[in-house]
Amino acid sequence: MSNLKETIIMQFATVLKGGLLAGFMAMAMSGSALAVTLNLHNGGDPRTLDPHQVSGNWEDRPVSDYIEGLMTLDAVGSPILGQAASYDVSDDGLVYTFTLRDDITWSDGTPVTARDFVVGAQRMQDPAKAADYAYLMHFIENAEAINSGEITDFDELGVKALDDKTVEITLNAPTPYLLAALAHYTAYPVPAHVIDEVGDQWTAMENIVGNGPYTPVEWVPGSFIRSVKNENYYDAANVQIDEVIYHITEDDNAALNRYRAGEFDILSSFPADQYQLLQDQYPGEAHVAPFLGVYYYVMNQTDPALADVRVREALSISINREVIGPDVLGTGELPAYGWVPPGTSNYEGEAYMPDWASEDYGARVERAQALMEEAGFGPDNPLNLQLRYNTNENHRRIAVAIGAMWEPLGVNIELFNAEVGPHYDALQAGDFQIGRAGWLMDYDDASNMLDLLKSGVSQGDGINWGNNYGRYSNTEYDALLAEAATELDLEARAALMHEAEAIAMDEFGVLPIYFYVSKWVVSPSISGFEDNAVDRHLVRYMSKSE
Amino acid sequence: MAGITRKDETLSRYADQLETLDAPKGRSLTDDALRRLFANKAAMVSVFILGAIVLIAFIGPYFVPWSYSTVDWTAIRKPPDFEKLHYLGTDQNGRDLLARLLQGTQMSLIVAAVATAVSVIIGIVYGAIAGYFGGRVDAIMMRFVDVMYALPYILFVIILVVIFGRSPILLFVGIGAIEWLTMARIVRGQTLSLKEREFIEAAKAGGAKPFTIIMRHIVPNLAGPVVIYATLTIPEIIITESFLSYLGLGIQEPQTSLGTLISEGAQVIEVMPWLLAFPAVMLVLLLLCLSYVGDGLRDALDPKDR
Amino acid sequence: MLTYVLRRLASIIPVAFIAVTACFFILRLAPGGPFDQERALPPAILRNLRAAYDLDQPLVIQYFIYIGRLLRGDLGPSMVVQDFTVSQLLALGLPFSLMLGLFAFVIATVAGIAAGTIAAVNQNKWPDYVLVLVVMIGLIIPNFLMGSILQLVFGVYLRWLPAGGWQNGSMAHLVMPVIVLAWPHAARISRLMRGSMIEVLGSNYVRTAKAKGLGERLVLSRHAIKPALIPVVSYLGPGLSYLLTGSLIVEQIFSLPGIGRYFINAALSRDYGLVLGTVILYMAIILVLNLLVDLAYAWLDPKVRYR
Repeated sequence: MSNLKETIIMQFATVLKGGLLAGFMAMAMSGSALAVTLNLHNGGDPRTLDPHQVSGNWEDRPVSDYIEGLMTLDAVGSPILGQAASYDVSDDGLVYTFTLRDDITWSDGTPVTARDFVVGAQRMQDPAKAADYAYLMHFIENAEAINSGEITDFDELGVKALDDKTVEITLNAPTPYLLAALAHYTAYPVPAHVIDEVGDQWTAMENIVGNGPYTPVEWVPGSFIRSVKNENYYDAANVQIDEVIYHITEDDNAALNRYRAGEFDILSSFPADQYQLLQDQYPGEAHVAPFLGVYYYVMNQTDPALADVRVREALSISINREVIGPDVLGTGELPAYGWVPPGTSNYEGEAYMPDWASEDYGARVERAQALMEEAGFGPDNPLNLQLRYNTNENHRRIAVAIGAMWEPLGVNIELFNAEVGPHYDALQAGDFQIGRAGWLMDYDDASNMLDLLKSGVSQGDGINWGNNYGRYSNTEYDALLAEAATELDLEARAALMHEAEAIAMDEFGVLPIYFYVSKWVVSPSISGFEDNAVDRHLVRYMSKSE
Repeated sequence: MAGITRKDETLSRYADQLETLDAPKGRSLTDDALRRLFANKAAMVSVFILGAIVLIAFIGPYFVPWSYSTVDWTAIRKPPDFEKLHYLGTDQNGRDLLARLLQGTQMSLIVAAVATAVSVIIGIVYGAIAGYFGGRVDAIMMRFVDVMYALPYILFVIILVVIFGRSPILLFVGIGAIEWLTMARIVRGQTLSLKEREFIEAAKAGGAKPFTIIMRHIVPNLAGPVVIYATLTIPEIIITESFLSYLGLGIQEPQTSLGTLISEGAQVIEVMPWLLAFPAVMLVLLLLCLSYVGDGLRDALDPKDR
Repeated sequence: MLTYVLRRLASIIPVAFIAVTACFFILRLAPGGPFDQERALPPAILRNLRAAYDLDQPLVIQYFIYIGRLLRGDLGPSMVVQDFTVSQLLALGLPFSLMLGLFAFVIATVAGIAAGTIAAVNQNKWPDYVLVLVVMIGLIIPNFLMGSILQLVFGVYLRWLPAGGWQNGSMAHLVMPVIVLAWPHAARISRLMRGSMIEVLGSNYVRTAKAKGLGERLVLSRHAIKPALIPVVSYLGPGLSYLLTGSLIVEQIFSLPGIGRYFINAALSRDYGLVLGTVILYMAIILVLNLLVDLAYAWLDPKVRYR
């Protein structure tokens, strides 16, 4: 009797549960009324959604929400396991073996396999694909040779599928930042089964599939990209937001107005001039947080005047960095006296800080004047320099401010602005005297910063200076970095890199000005948004309350 | 953007009139118009205010305690402050707005004047050739002008400015190259009516080359039409310049222009309203006066259109 | 009339062709290229990229490749938005731009004609003065300033209208852009209309019609409107160009998905194909509309015959 009763109750409960579940499902399916939409202001139009062809943070945001690498990021930007369930490292630190999760599929239901990662890595280095960021993965065995066309057999690449669920990565040298690098879009897999069929068209909206928490479904260029939640994602149960709209609006002021009108939930940047207004009228909604990047001026050291270290020192110490962030920009960027941003990983030890940084500014200017005079410049023989910057309100302001700071040294500055493309073209060609530049670190490791000042390498008919626009060159510096690259002990490696940084900074190889801050505006209805040093924020951790 | 003074309409009609009238009347049409303009009170008050603006823009900077590029580190983004001698406040770089406003007004006026001059020169050359040679040459050249009227010039100017950097010279040339069509029609009309006159016939008979005749006998008679044309063209160019400034294609720092000041001010309308208000007042005043003069001129040219 | 249309088209083509050619070469003279960016590209990669877009060929060959493709109706790939071809991008943006422009054009023309007529009939009375004020505001405030102010007042403070965007496709999104675009246009038309209407009302045959005892309304609609429209119609052609420049601004301020924004972005980033494609499209639209305007002109004014 009691048994029967129990059974009936149990059955009843099951039916009830099933019914409720079905009801919820129906409600969820019936869509818009309950669906939670995140309106995210994302800046410009991405060039593409192909993870191996993108390079900007406005491209990273939609891409990293729809594709996930072996590793991914948590809400505070640290690498955690993504598509991989676990990994092993060989004793020499050169071979990593990743085991994929069992329950992962692409959004069309096809299982994610090790082959997808291998095809992705090979595509990244394929010379015919001409990926901008291929060099970020050159720590992988044979990657550089394949990329430059020396090796034509892609199977030689150090990324291999041992079986359907096991990926083995072989490195040139121990790479302490490997796990972070694998969370970067350059290491993302691609849906090999789709590429087999449609080739490069796989990112077209009718073909696109992803293995991340969201899947893009609509892209109106110049307007928005819309992605919806991927129910096949292994952690879908914890993904709160059903639909993300990445709005394309390049005018930051217009974007802020739309935020204030309630049309956007999150802004990925805001005009510095409006910081005060945001603090007054929308307290707590503006997020200004340091992140890994340096704003700097390069001095072309093939220019006879700038080859003189005294001139470089004078130019550097006469910049009053303390007023740039708080006053000129108004958002309080931290002054930069060293080269590696504070908070960079694998860089234990005291941050570089020159003695003159604490000197009185007036005294510094006097000393700078004396240095200029020593170098043969003065009021009767002024130094004329052209300062190039790419067209942008903040760059303009800083250029004007620094030009004014250099005036007392008898330095006449001519400002010259151009679009981003031609500007960097001139920097790379060495066709400038002083140039504005900025570096946002690709991955959280000091070597990414320090490599910028390595001497150029001979290549064919000339020297390839890469991103060392100023042609700073010091053999001791190069040797220290080479030594650090193979050093297994993290502390010893950090010490070598600190030593290198001090050399370049003491010689004023470059003029760091401030460390970047990220500038977001986040509506109080959004939770799960955490400021972090890599400034990457996955939507899967966010939720929205009405 | 343009069209504030109904320039095209007024000037086209003027060009047609020049063409159809006999030569002697052709001159007096312009003279009469200018005489009537001087009798127009609103226009004359405007001319006076314009003169004052020009004077202040060019002489004022010598009396302002700051230069347009001096940075006052003690006063960054400050509202008007008489104690610190920043009468109109300062910008985000601590530069005095009054000094910048004067410099910007100066620059806008210079751009407008030089661009007008460029278009006048192109227009004279083109129009004089068409009018002087007449016949097939004239027909083809004027057909070309008609078609050119329809092209979206601003696109070409944007391409030019984007590509060759933002030197003031390029702005002059670029904008000037858009505006020459109407001037060409005026000059052609004037040339057509002049070339039948005895002194030109005489010069021709004396064996003078076409270039000499154009330079010596036709160009000097163009003073009146040029004044009329310039009055109506300058405001158009000021507006075009401000439009380009908004797109970020304006004047190179540290120099500035009215358009640049306004488009920058518009970005901070709530937090630093003075950066918008003063340049905007200056622009409105300038355009208002120019448009009154333009109205006066149109009435003077065509007295029955009242 | 057909021969007139054909002749007009025939004279447009060489000019358009010259314009495209000039654009092509000016773009290539410019410093910088579509693959310049913050991070230096390894030379091998740059070579691969340039080859993929035929940029490694001599300039003249590139020109012929481009013209050859153009004649087949292919505008080529976009280098900067790689996931789309130029034709796709323009096809996506064009309907919106046309709609915005058409709304503004029609509203401005109707409002301008109506306002000009009212002002002329009430010459030197209060409706006339109000009109002058409204016209002046439209002409003298730069449209980017007008856009920013409207956005702030009606979008942010009052929240009556969306502050920008177009993803819902509701007409409310179009109200402010159309106002900003149409205001100066309507202002110019109303000034023209007022002037010509005053002239027509003073003419003998209108006075005769009035003397015959026809009501004012009837005189206006039957005798005065058509001749008064002539200068207005002759303005509509050049007016289109002003609308175009206005739309570049409005699309930017209100983040609308038209083709105007592409033009500027593409020029800035040296996306040669997209710049040329946009110029060609704009030119085609404007030339064709000009032709229509001229036909309307000939219909209105019997003195003008198809030359």
